Amino acid sequence: MDMSVKKKLGLKEKYALMTRNLGWEPSYEKREDVYPLLDYEGIKIHDWDTWEDPFRLTMDSYWKYQAEKERKLYAIIDAFNQNNGHLNVTDARYINAMKVFLSAVPALEYNAHRGFARLGRHMGGVGPQVACQMQAIDEMRHCQTQIHSISNYNRFYNGIHDWKHMNDRLWYLSVPKSFFEDACTCGPFEFIIAIGFSFEYVLTNLVFVPFVSGAAYNGDMGTMTFGFSAQSDEARHMTLGLEVIKFMLEQDPANLPIVQKWIDKWTWRGVRLLTIVAMMMDYMLPKRVMSWKEAWEIYFEENGMSLFKDLARYGIKVPDCVEQIKKEKDHLSHQAWTTFYAAAPMTNFHTWIPSDDELDWLSAKYPDTFDKYYRPRFEFFREQAEKGERFVNPNLPQLCQVCQIPMLFTEPDDPTQIAYRQSEHDGEKYHFCSDHCQHIFDNEPEKYVEAWLPVHQILQGNCFAEGDDPSAPDFDPIASVMKYWHLENGRDNGDFAGSEDEKNFAAWRGMTTSNT
Amino acid sequence: MSNVFIALQTNEESRYIVEALLEDNPTAVVDEQPAMVKINVPGTLVLRRETVEEKMGRPFDLQEMQVNLITLSGHVDEDENEFRLSWND
Repeated sequence: MDMSVKKKLGLKEKYALMTRNLGWEPSYEKREDVYPLLDYEGIKIHDWDTWEDPFRLTMDSYWKYQAEKERKLYAIIDAFNQNNGHLNVTDARYINAMKVFLSAVPALEYNAHRGFARLGRHMGGVGPQVACQMQAIDEMRHCQTQIHSISNYNRFYNGIHDWKHMNDRLWYLSVPKSFFEDACTCGPFEFIIAIGFSFEYVLTNLVFVPFVSGAAYNGDMGTMTFGFSAQSDEARHMTLGLEVIKFMLEQDPANLPIVQKWIDKWTWRGVRLLTIVAMMMDYMLPKRVMSWKEAWEIYFEENGMSLFKDLARYGIKVPDCVEQIKKEKDHLSHQAWTTFYAAAPMTNFHTWIPSDDELDWLSAKYPDTFDKYYRPRFEFFREQAEKGERFVNPNLPQLCQVCQIPMLFTEPDDPTQIAYRQSEHDGEKYHFCSDHCQHIFDNEPEKYVEAWLPVHQILQGNCFAEGDDPSAPDFDPIASVMKYWHLENGRDNGDFAGSEDEKNFAAWRGMTTSNT
Repeated sequence: MSNVFIALQTNEESRYIVEALLEDNPTAVVDEQPAMVKINVPGTLVLRRETVEEKMGRPFDLQEMQVNLITLSGHVDEDENEFRLSWND
């Protein structure tokens, strides 16, 4: 048989044929009717064809490599379960870091999926459409693998039995939830700056790299695997985020001030969100790879600043909030952990006072602040606990209207003074944790007055268990809210010492080394 | 000049990729972390297919790296022979 065999296509040629040539110009509908979301944010794009996708990944290769990643991931998850991998972690306290992660992150991945699926439909050029569609599928994969990973722990430990229910209701989980919902309710260009650029490029490295490397260091093979498997897609996502920024800035000089404003806003929004990761790294990993501050210096100060230096040629400036961020890196994790420690009866995980060697580690890593401001607090907590008067903050905290974090942050130049900011809108007062959250509100008050703030909702009577009667003489509001969250006080939260988790882990680990 | 970097999962394939990177990027600095290896290079990093193939002793498609990749920084430029990361500062 006579067949002319063509030589294999080069990568660029294949990409052109299998991605760019898939697009078409509409003939019987107006372009603006097909892509109705592209104008209202004020971004001007003159030529979608100049878009260059740096990863020239075509759909056939995408499926091939993603399938390979999934096979590796599930092989390890199987091995983890078959070998009781949960008993290999350094110390059962570690599992509480996973409870935080798994309560918060799968829902974020799902919202990222929704956001990128929308962009895959609404971007005006085939290059970004395909890249966004791939990302939408990636995010769904991350959501699914993380949900599978919940069951690795949920069958043995307390607090994550109803993660989706809690994700929509529990106070601290409104922080990540509202972050993504804020992004998903933006226009397509702002969404991609919020998630593709600020979250993926500048910030996910801090979640998935040092923290997940920390999971590996703590013997948690399951988490390390889904974490790195997810982050391998992130490399593509970050590159898409960066590409979109460059594309907008190259298309029209009028885009610069709009893009700058979004970068300023979303850098701050993301940094605030990472407060909880700071706490997980410094307090919840029994074996520590590096301090939050060190991770921050590598991935934000060094890497993030390289990026801003690179974008300077378009006129992009380093966001103003970076000044404050620099001052906060010495304080963030300590302020967050003391807050969660004091809020012990209101969470879905356990807390503890760091051991002496952990306090020494913190002193060494934070020489300018820890001994001066935070160590005395932990020593006080310990004294109280030893007297049988474990310190608990019984009050519902005031929340920042924008980031939804309790007002726990201090003034940038005075770590002894809690920062409060206030704005008025339509005769109502709104409260903020910082100048930067306040500015975000002042720019878009109509959006942020809509925030669903858990504390306000509790006080308005919207978060009590069904059937409970707040006017009954024996009504216990906190008990009713706990029931509404599906949490059992003392079993799902409180001190790690003496918890069911601690006892079970010790008993099961004992069974792995003896026959009785 | 800012650093670009690439981080890979520690495994048998990455070992050859790292060897290739060190050969083709004389200014590269290796940072080994639990379960991962991060390579930092001032300015530009290049990964050549030929070098990886020589180290592995088998044909290698540069996109296979996606399976072991953890993270990177810098602008990406990729074709079938070279994978390049760089900053334009």
